[in-house]
Amino acid sequence: MRGDLTLTGAVRRIEGPLLYVKRSASVGLNEAVQIIDSEQRQRVGRIAALDEDKMIIEVLESTTGLGLGDTLIRLRAEPLVFPVGPGLLGRVFDSVGRPVDGGPPVPAERRMRIDGLAINPTARALPRDFIETSVSTIDLMNSLVRGQKLPLFSCGGLPHDRMATEIAQRARLRGGEAGEFAIVFVGIGVPHDTAEAFRTAMESSGALEHTVMFLNRADEPSTQRLLTPRFALTAAEYLAFTEGRHVLVILTDMTNYCEALREVSASHGEIPSRKGYPGYMYSDLATLYERAGCIKGLAGTVTQLPILTMPGDDIGHPIPDLTGYITEGQIVLARDLDRKGVYPPVAVLPSLSRLMDNGTGEGYTHKDHPNLAHQLFAAYARATRVRVLASVMGMEGLSDTDKRYLKFGDVFEDELVKQAGPRTLEESMEIGWRLLRVLPEAELSRLSDAQIERYIRQEAELA
Amino acid sequence: MSKAAIHWVGGPVLRADVKGPFHVHEAVSVGVNELLGEVIQLDGEQLVAQVYEDTTGLKPGDPVTGSGLPLSVPLGPGLLGRILDGLLRPLAEESVHFYAPGTVGQRGGRFHFVPLADTGETLAPGAFFGRIVREGPTMRCMVPPNVSGTVESIVDEGEYAETDTVCVLIADDGRRHELPMGHMWPVRRPRPVQKRLSPEAPMVTGQRILDTLFPVARGGRAALPGGFGTGKTVLQESLAKWCDADVIVYVGCGERGNEMAEVLDEFPGLDDPRTGRPLMERTVIIANTSNMPVAAREASIYTAITVAEYFRDMGLHVALMADSTSRWAEALREVSGRLGELPGESGYPAYLASRLAEFYERAARVRTLAGEEASVTIIGAVSPPAGDFSEPVTSHTKRYVRSFWALDRARAQARFYPAINPLVSYAEDVDVLARWWQIQGNPDWRIHRQRILTLLEQQEKLERMARIVGKDALPAEQQLTLLCAELLNEGFLYQSSFSPIDRYCSPERQSAMLRLLMHFVDRSAETLAAGAGPEAIGEVPVLRRLRRLGEELPEDDPEEANRLWTAVDRELGEINTGGDQHAR
Repeated sequence: MRGDLTLTGAVRRIEGPLLYVKRSASVGLNEAVQIIDSEQRQRVGRIAALDEDKMIIEVLESTTGLGLGDTLIRLRAEPLVFPVGPGLLGRVFDSVGRPVDGGPPVPAERRMRIDGLAINPTARALPRDFIETSVSTIDLMNSLVRGQKLPLFSCGGLPHDRMATEIAQRARLRGGEAGEFAIVFVGIGVPHDTAEAFRTAMESSGALEHTVMFLNRADEPSTQRLLTPRFALTAAEYLAFTEGRHVLVILTDMTNYCEALREVSASHGEIPSRKGYPGYMYSDLATLYERAGCIKGLAGTVTQLPILTMPGDDIGHPIPDLTGYITEGQIVLARDLDRKGVYPPVAVLPSLSRLMDNGTGEGYTHKDHPNLAHQLFAAYARATRVRVLASVMGMEGLSDTDKRYLKFGDVFEDELVKQAGPRTLEESMEIGWRLLRVLPEAELSRLSDAQIERYIRQEAELA
Repeated sequence: MSKAAIHWVGGPVLRADVKGPFHVHEAVSVGVNELLGEVIQLDGEQLVAQVYEDTTGLKPGDPVTGSGLPLSVPLGPGLLGRILDGLLRPLAEESVHFYAPGTVGQRGGRFHFVPLADTGETLAPGAFFGRIVREGPTMRCMVPPNVSGTVESIVDEGEYAETDTVCVLIADDGRRHELPMGHMWPVRRPRPVQKRLSPEAPMVTGQRILDTLFPVARGGRAALPGGFGTGKTVLQESLAKWCDADVIVYVGCGERGNEMAEVLDEFPGLDDPRTGRPLMERTVIIANTSNMPVAAREASIYTAITVAEYFRDMGLHVALMADSTSRWAEALREVSGRLGELPGESGYPAYLASRLAEFYERAARVRTLAGEEASVTIIGAVSPPAGDFSEPVTSHTKRYVRSFWALDRARAQARFYPAINPLVSYAEDVDVLARWWQIQGNPDWRIHRQRILTLLEQQEKLERMARIVGKDALPAEQQLTLLCAELLNEGFLYQSSFSPIDRYCSPERQSAMLRLLMHFVDRSAETLAAGAGPEAIGEVPVLRRLRRLGEELPEDDPEEANRLWTAVDRELGEINTGGDQHAR
């Protein structure tokens, strides 16, 4: 490795977050630099483009106070790295991986590139271990498995933070064997109180010692916001693939990340794509989300639960849209359920877990679980169609079957979606079977005859 | 080899000062790590190249070396059963956990070669000089399409490495060609054929809604657009598993790593329903996941179609599954943006439509240079932003495909799979393919198909009306129409790709199911005409089994259809005579 090299008085122009610097040393693209102003304050930057006599440095913090003559540039001769080592757990870091909890620096066992490297597709193991979150609409209807990336699509003002906290506290593997569990909480552009509330909740449940927190506050510069999830995922990869833990990464709020991406892209003068977001937003988000996964032969896993608030409650907005194309499903929260007092307000129909079929059924959860979930989906979809019908022409025009669907839709929301405390998968399934008994047997076309006999007829007799 | 030195670098694009001649689309090696790149512009003393790997660490002054050849990929028998990157380099083996720039797996492998030509024989371009003995599709070694000559020497039968010279040709101009089992071919140049043929038979997919309603011909082109979560990938995977092509080329273009893991996990354990051999033996997977370099994503589509054409030239029927062409278009947009080109619609370059056309036009049923009938069928997934089919990639794709399978969010949300909307989708080769169904013993296919589409169309209209006047206010015939349409949806169009019985449905079983359901539609209409009410018809017990017909009528039990047929007759007949007692 080349030693650090310092350039003085080389800055020619400062424009937004970009420094145009005269190049007098051999540097490579994407390498990290330190920018030191006249008051000896250090900032982090990286080389965004370069030619034979100039280079463009992107300052990843505010450029306030930087001058042309008195700014020092220290070339690090390597890409941005995060020194990680034992003792990460229980710590709190800022946007760029510096401890802010007053503790000592983490002993650097390894220096890992924050951009990470793509997991070799042939080395990926298929995610299969069912994670019980204790939320019926997730466990029963849209199961989460280890190594999956499953975002929460929320709207401003909905209780997504509470859900994330509860999942972080309760998530467990079935069969008791939980393995070494760890949580990486990443606050991206969050208000101070959200971060504090999460920390308190984790502390009170005793989970803080398994948690690493990265906090990028709302008032910090946008360029830094782009780095926070990268530092955090680097820590997650270390915990998972070096220390062998099962890591759940909670990223909130990815909307702030994308807004920062748009802002930085605009300051680079790039050609905007949909709604002003850069054309590479898909690829950029993929470099974060694709860092979830399981690797053959390694004990640990990285599971991601990103949270984003849909601008204008619009699922077609580029942020949820591109996220949905990368992640393995989505859990959608709905405002109308929240208003009805249903907690957690999960809109079941637009929610989806793509990996559900890998981790449910015989040998994973329960052999009747997939059919039950499919039948509940089909019935609830029909119920919502009948609701539209009833809203136009009233109850009188409905057939008897349709009326029973209408009833099913109501009890489904009241008894299955809504829940006061944690539920095991068995409890959720029990409720599912009970609700299906509202419908005529002939309508249950996704269930086998044996399942109808066992769960619908016999149970009805018992009841 | 021409040389150049990097002058400017930003993202995957670089400019270099040239010292010697370069050509557009020439492959170059960049920097000390010899990253692969391609020349995309020449401007006086400078060239512009895109690099197919992570450019971190590149700096001005680093060397760029020309290869003298257009960007080409090594084709050969070793491709089958493998997973390769966007430039056809094998992905590193499992023990390499992360994919660093410059990491390349071992290609290698030895094959049992049997010569098919003799010394002194004259071979035309595309002629076969050898055969590979192995499980799976028949593999033959052919003279590259741009080479011909007289065999000077050919090795005896035996085991050889893929790169060993097995045959030496002397061309008419005296040039000596040493041929290994495979050869290199430039990805952006379509491989020549003797003649393009018109479509004749369908590519059987084993999916009822496709084969029966919206078939794609062998050598045809289909587009599969749908917003996220509508089941594009699951359907593409089902097609890759069960369609009746000889070779499947599956290109994961900017998609999820876990999906590749799923294919790798699942395919080796599944058997081809026609040959009984593991599916992996006939499959080539090209993986450029969304977090792998974006420029290689642009190339991966061309790589995939070149591989497909190579197997076609062996006389095989090939299906290419591209998931997703939108990611490829976005890669075009990203590179175009970095070049500072004037953007067209939605920021895509103005040449998007012509690139799409070039790609889809490479699908065809052909007579190969060796004189055999073969085909490449393309099935391209499209991921329109917000599920809006009017966006540029979907609307341009629509101009070049003959089958359009529109995925529908409402159906997907009800977990009704495959979530293809029958009222938006279409297939243009129905007239031609009806003959094929006739030969298969189903002369009614076309009529049945038309009747289903009509029923579904009526259902849409009647439901709109029922929303205003109420279902009970509809005339009895219309209520029955709704019942029958619902039955066709549930009993025929619904097909679970996770059901061991129903994930594949042979044309014979499709015909049997269709006949049975149409029988119910006819008989129930007669019953209604005889005075029975639609409620009574809706309550016959056999209806539950018909709604689950995919599960109830297995592939290997032809008698079951007859039993159900009789049950329909009996139960509907009893309504006529016995009145309400069967309402149960």
